[in-house]
Amino acid sequence: MNNIGIIISLVLIFGGLLWLLIRSIGGHEVDRRVIFLFIFLSVAAPVIFRITFQEKATPVVEALFDRIENLPPGSNVLLSFDFDPAMAPEVQPMANAISRHCLNNGYNVVFMSLWATGQSLMTTTLSRVILPEFPELVDGVDYINIGYKAGNEGVLNVIVSDFRKMFPTDVNSVPLDSTEIFKDIKSCADLDLIIALGGGRPGPKEWVLFVGDPADVPVGVGVAAVVAPQLYPYYPQQIVGILGGVKGAAEYEQELTSHHERFADMDTPGIDMMGPQTLAHVVIMAFIVIGNIVYFRSRGKGGKS
Amino acid sequence: MSRTAVIVFAIVVVLFAVSWVAKAVVLSDTSDSGTLDAFLVTVAAFLTLAIYSFLYKDNPYYKFAEHLFVGVSAAFWMCQGFWTTIVGNLLPRLSEGMANWFMQPYQPGGYDLGFLNLSYTVLYWIPVILGLLLLMRLSPKGGWLSRWPLALIIGTTAGLNFVRYLRSDFIVQVSSTFVPLLGQEPHQWQGIGAFFSNFSLDASGQFVALLANWVIFIGVFCGLVYFFFSKEHTGLFGRASRVGIWVLMITFGASFGYTVMGRISLLVGRLTFLFEDWLGLIT
Repeated sequence: MNNIGIIISLVLIFGGLLWLLIRSIGGHEVDRRVIFLFIFLSVAAPVIFRITFQEKATPVVEALFDRIENLPPGSNVLLSFDFDPAMAPEVQPMANAISRHCLNNGYNVVFMSLWATGQSLMTTTLSRVILPEFPELVDGVDYINIGYKAGNEGVLNVIVSDFRKMFPTDVNSVPLDSTEIFKDIKSCADLDLIIALGGGRPGPKEWVLFVGDPADVPVGVGVAAVVAPQLYPYYPQQIVGILGGVKGAAEYEQELTSHHERFADMDTPGIDMMGPQTLAHVVIMAFIVIGNIVYFRSRGKGGKS
Repeated sequence: MSRTAVIVFAIVVVLFAVSWVAKAVVLSDTSDSGTLDAFLVTVAAFLTLAIYSFLYKDNPYYKFAEHLFVGVSAAFWMCQGFWTTIVGNLLPRLSEGMANWFMQPYQPGGYDLGFLNLSYTVLYWIPVILGLLLLMRLSPKGGWLSRWPLALIIGTTAGLNFVRYLRSDFIVQVSSTFVPLLGQEPHQWQGIGAFFSNFSLDASGQFVALLANWVIFIGVFCGLVYFFFSKEHTGLFGRASRVGIWVLMITFGASFGYTVMGRISLLVGRLTFLFEDWLGLIT
């Protein structure tokens, strides 16, 4: 059934593109809403019929995976959820996969957020991934959710020297001093790795500028695709690895499922999204080709350039 | 309101009701709060469709969803800021009574400067006063008072950012540009023979590592030449400048490609929600 659906969708999409090409060469304009319709079809078909591909990790993703994989048990890792629901389709799969990885390897994980919206997305990860998959882990001992604080870079500027001044309690109003996990953590300098997940401001760049560089703590980032190119100049000196957009999430999920048998059957939303991504990109490229054919043809005929 | 608009509105209301009831029936088997969950899923689905209706043309449903989003976002951020920062950090340091009132642990403490012991209770009244002065902006006569806290915010932010950006975005970035052009750990240069005998196009191989370093070197150099306007861009200088333009264009192209990927991801996220959570077409 799935295969039939995929074939019918592909015939519809590519047949339609051919028809548009012929119409365009004939001098008819393509309404922008027709382009939207094709993008919708190219995304909807793989979502419904589940077209997926195997991923191979690129060096920037592999670097972050290896860094996390090779930390000694008991290491202190901080995950900062600095994103909103608009970025969640890209960044939440990374957050879930990295949370699984860190907790499975026995690290102490501190969850926090510089975005108000990040706190509820952090709760989603905790309730849908951590609590059901790691029921043996104890809040305050193996992981802790210290929540959100307003202040953007100001928050980072404080926690780089003292967590308790900015986060006196965790999200449940439990004083940090009374938690096991914060017994050996005074400031960000006591962390072994920081993973900044986000894409806006404050976000991964601010973590590098205000914490990573001054405190000499390694920072890895998982970011929305839009800002990924701006972070590449920081790799590998100031950022240990980058997950850029859903492609980065998919590569990380592939690494995790192939290295840890426990996660072989886990949800892989990043990998699932690469099918729609691929088909949508092919359609966009087809439209660019069609546009150029029509442009050069009209120029050859002495038409308007 | 035209007759067509009334008919469309009636259809939307009926569809909403049908969707809510149908979803509630489906969810009643698995959830105790099926009716409420069904309502929330239906609202989310209709708001998603309202936003996407802009792709056809501007309309009141899009406007409604857009304004609702802005209003809810502003309120959400304000409430989170109040409960996490003012209630979580400020009030428990001002008085034990207020800490107890909001069921927060009291946080006594202060700074011992040797000759002076400043308690939190005294210190934290300063941000309270500055915060209230900021609100004076709403007063027609006392608006000038808001300039004092604003000046403090701007001055502090500028000072902090100057130091951080100078270090991380300038000094470290310049040093990162000085890359070895003839090999680095773990690919030290061992002669042309060894280079060709170990030649590989693998991403972790020596050739790709060297190529990446050369691209950084040539890209940065030619990019800087393009922005050097004190000399006419002719001859060899002009050719380097042209390479610089190409480097910039490729960078913009990569950014655009990533942006397309990001936008498609958003669409995938919304369609997955509509097909899975709302319509139940996929599991």
